[in-house]
Amino acid sequence: SSNEHKLNFKKSKEACLSFIQDALLQKEWKRAAEFLTCYIESLEKDYSREHIGPSEMIWRTGAEILWHHSQSSMKEFSCFMEQMKTLGVKRYLKVCLEHVFHLLCNGQIDEAYQNLSLAESWRFGEQTAIQDKEMKLIQAYRGLLDYYSWFKQKSILLEHSEDGFSDSAVEQEMHGYFRKAAVNLKEIIKIPGVWDIFVKCYVDLLEFYGDHNEARQVLNEYAYNSKFPANPNAHVYLYQFLKRQREPKKSLISALKILHDIVPSHELMIDFNTMLQKSKKRKKRRLGLEVIFAALDYAGWKENAKAWSCLARQVKQIVISEKHLDWIKQEWNSRKDWWPAFHFSRYLAKRNWQENKSLSYEKALVAGILLGKGCKYFKYVSHQGCKAQLKRFRMLKKFVNRHNPVYLRISG
Amino acid sequence: RDFNERCAQCSEVNWGLTDGGRFYCRSCHNVTERTREVVNTDFITNSRVQTISKGSRKQEKNGGGSEWYICEGFQLVLKKQVEALEALGVSSQMKDEILCNFWRCYLQKSKQAYCKRPAGKAVKALSVCESSTDVDSDPERPSLLHLLSLSESEGDLQTDCSFASSVSKVSESTSVYSGSVDGSLYLMKSQKEKLRMTMPMTLSFCYMTLLWMREPITLSELLRYVVEGHIPYLNVFQHFPEKMKLCGLDLKIFCVESWPVYEEVFNKMHELAAFLDLPRFPDITESCFLHPDMLCMKYLMEANLPDELHNWTCRVVKKIGIGEVDFLTLVPGNKSTRKVKYDVLAAAVIVVVLKLLFLLDDHYEWLLSEHAEERNKNNTEDGPYFEFKKWYEVVKHSLDVQQKKLDEERAKYLWRCEKPLFYSVKNKAKVLKRRQMVVNLQNQFGKLSGSVQRAEKPNPSSFQLSWSEKNTDGSCFHRHSLKGILQEKRGLLTAMNPDYWLCTVKLCNEKLCGHLAHYKEVEFPQSYHFVLGLFSFLLRVQPSYIHDEVCMIEHKLFNKKLYKKLKYNTVLRK
Repeated sequence: SSNEHKLNFKKSKEACLSFIQDALLQKEWKRAAEFLTCYIESLEKDYSREHIGPSEMIWRTGAEILWHHSQSSMKEFSCFMEQMKTLGVKRYLKVCLEHVFHLLCNGQIDEAYQNLSLAESWRFGEQTAIQDKEMKLIQAYRGLLDYYSWFKQKSILLEHSEDGFSDSAVEQEMHGYFRKAAVNLKEIIKIPGVWDIFVKCYVDLLEFYGDHNEARQVLNEYAYNSKFPANPNAHVYLYQFLKRQREPKKSLISALKILHDIVPSHELMIDFNTMLQKSKKRKKRRLGLEVIFAALDYAGWKENAKAWSCLARQVKQIVISEKHLDWIKQEWNSRKDWWPAFHFSRYLAKRNWQENKSLSYEKALVAGILLGKGCKYFKYVSHQGCKAQLKRFRMLKKFVNRHNPVYLRISG
Repeated sequence: RDFNERCAQCSEVNWGLTDGGRFYCRSCHNVTERTREVVNTDFITNSRVQTISKGSRKQEKNGGGSEWYICEGFQLVLKKQVEALEALGVSSQMKDEILCNFWRCYLQKSKQAYCKRPAGKAVKALSVCESSTDVDSDPERPSLLHLLSLSESEGDLQTDCSFASSVSKVSESTSVYSGSVDGSLYLMKSQKEKLRMTMPMTLSFCYMTLLWMREPITLSELLRYVVEGHIPYLNVFQHFPEKMKLCGLDLKIFCVESWPVYEEVFNKMHELAAFLDLPRFPDITESCFLHPDMLCMKYLMEANLPDELHNWTCRVVKKIGIGEVDFLTLVPGNKSTRKVKYDVLAAAVIVVVLKLLFLLDDHYEWLLSEHAEERNKNNTEDGPYFEFKKWYEVVKHSLDVQQKKLDEERAKYLWRCEKPLFYSVKNKAKVLKRRQMVVNLQNQFGKLSGSVQRAEKPNPSSFQLSWSEKNTDGSCFHRHSLKGILQEKRGLLTAMNPDYWLCTVKLCNEKLCGHLAHYKEVEFPQSYHFVLGLFSFLLRVQPSYIHDEVCMIEHKLFNKKLYKKLKYNTVLRK
């Protein structure tokens, strides 16, 4: 009843916590520290009923403050994290991991490695089984650092071999790191998740030691196993691997197909389009056109001269062959309402001309075909180009003029 | 001496007498509550504590602690509080005479001391070194958890898992129930009988004494001083002497984790006064600080309102008779009269006066303000006319600043004291370890708090908001004239505002639902809410609390009109 507004310990600490959170959001580290100092005494109360207890709050907010505060040092931070590890057994491995991340961010690789090893040897009754996932992560990161060591050894080895001597000690060490790394990395990527860095490193190791089959399998799993979350990078890695392996275009194309579906604006779409354009199969060429149009739907590609040149090339080729004009028509249909303002405004014509003549050239070609010789963009650029007596612009003008009827057929 | 009963614990007849007047068995040191009747009326506040401490040397096995009773603890608390009040300027009569008499009377009436036979059988309370067999053998002994749940839930003390788990191990080892002799018994007593002592009740004692002495401290002020730390309340037990070991259930009694609210202390005080069978309190007359005319003056100043409003508050007070001695003076046990909350009442009077003059319907007061502003432009000779708008802006700004400060202070309260507390010996190591970590972390982050150090405790001040007339920015409205909103009618100055709206047409039955009315912010004008909020801040009570008093005053003021209306309504219904 009237006791609801009574100020008690719990309410006071809740208010304190929200002040801490506000201060953190405002990046006012001193103020956050001030309120946290007052909040800390809630550790002496039992909150076992609450979902998130004060020890977790203190860990998270304290870590933020110590990380950003100008007067705090890495030593203080580590000291704090050690204390936090003792506060909650159920969180032990999580705290360890976070601590390791911070150490890595600060460049303290060795300390990070030590902490990971220590955490790996931690046992605590049934908690060990419960915190199995965190343990796998810890092992994975240790594997990552082992990979890093392997990499360093490899570099040394290469240097030495260039200089003429072989170094078996270094080589042995290198192999040792490889074994340690491989074991842990292999384990983590079995679990569905986003493990880009682990996958990359593991594949690198496998390739170096010549186990291409395993590498291929790993990458295929990572990209195509439906249990894993959709991850564009998985397809990128697979593609890059296949390219390194000099696989036929067919497999390269199939690797990039899904990437196009997930991320039509991916930078590899240029490669994709280039491959598709050259294909003998009609379907593939058709797809190529679709791919390049789709990429240029995105604002980030507006000034990408390479992309425009791909589109220009393909459009030109279609126009000259006079076959498959309907492809252009299909693609243009959904874009004719907004591409003119998006890509081919007079303002853009001016700007593109000033900043990047090649870009304007390619765009003008596309514009001329899609919108006809009367379109603002084409007119401006070709006019400027001819004025500047640049040969290709004169050719461009001629080309577009010659093929103007095409525009009519497309837009109709 | 002449006490020949067999000791309940060891069946010997070998009694000694502690200096406090209680019988204790020399064989097994079972202390009873039987006392020799105290003949002398001299009351030395510390005497009982000191004598018990001097008690049997065999108590050394408790780790240097001695036996002490809960009421001794409370006695110490009261002593500390009274000393603090003395430091604030209250007459020393409070400590030397009045409070101690009240306290003695309470102990007698509640049969904790100063009486022939205490109620019930001799207390076989659970003290520090209770052996395990005793614990198991008594089937009537309530379980610890039961004891914990009996008292009102103060904070989360009862959720301490380690404590709860130690309950199950009671039979195996000696767990410490309480440092005091009768801690468990204290919690067991049902609340209805004998008015069990609690920490909030210490403040009721203080307030009762202050009221008896007619000291110029209102209850809201008292509570504010408590929160500001000028009067010991939170963690006052850390000043108990070393020998009074506090642990286990004692914590439940003495460790509070909330600030008491006005209503709680107020109601308890009246219960207490009735319980003690006190006679009519000394008269509250017009010259008393607690008289509405006086308090209105104070609050008008603090609210930065024109002094001229005081005429109006006096008129209202007179009209509804709340300035009468019989209305204001407390007669304990008289259930027919409404208990007077002097401070809330005065604030409510001011609110009513503001409503009378400004209507406060979110419309009229602003119109009036513009009108006054116009008149002010042509006003050259008189002092400035009061403009509601200007006042609102100035006061709102200050209020917001102060409220923000208060909110931050509340969030920064440190509740724990330096003395670590533990329920049982098993618990001790863990508690100390935790305490060490807390101290470390506090140091670490305290250093990072920058130049913002914890402010020194502000000096106790009767006024929270102050306005100086020396300010040239015109932010002090005391001297402003109400002429801007008054008009002359038949030689009298009356309000230009002809209307009034009642907060509620019908009052609730206070005995049934505890309130006269139910305040919801959205149902009332913003200006009204603002004014309530202002006094709510000053008095540290909920706005609804003041709203209740406003309703009460309005009903008294417009009694005749309401009566007519109700009568008219009943006629209609027929």
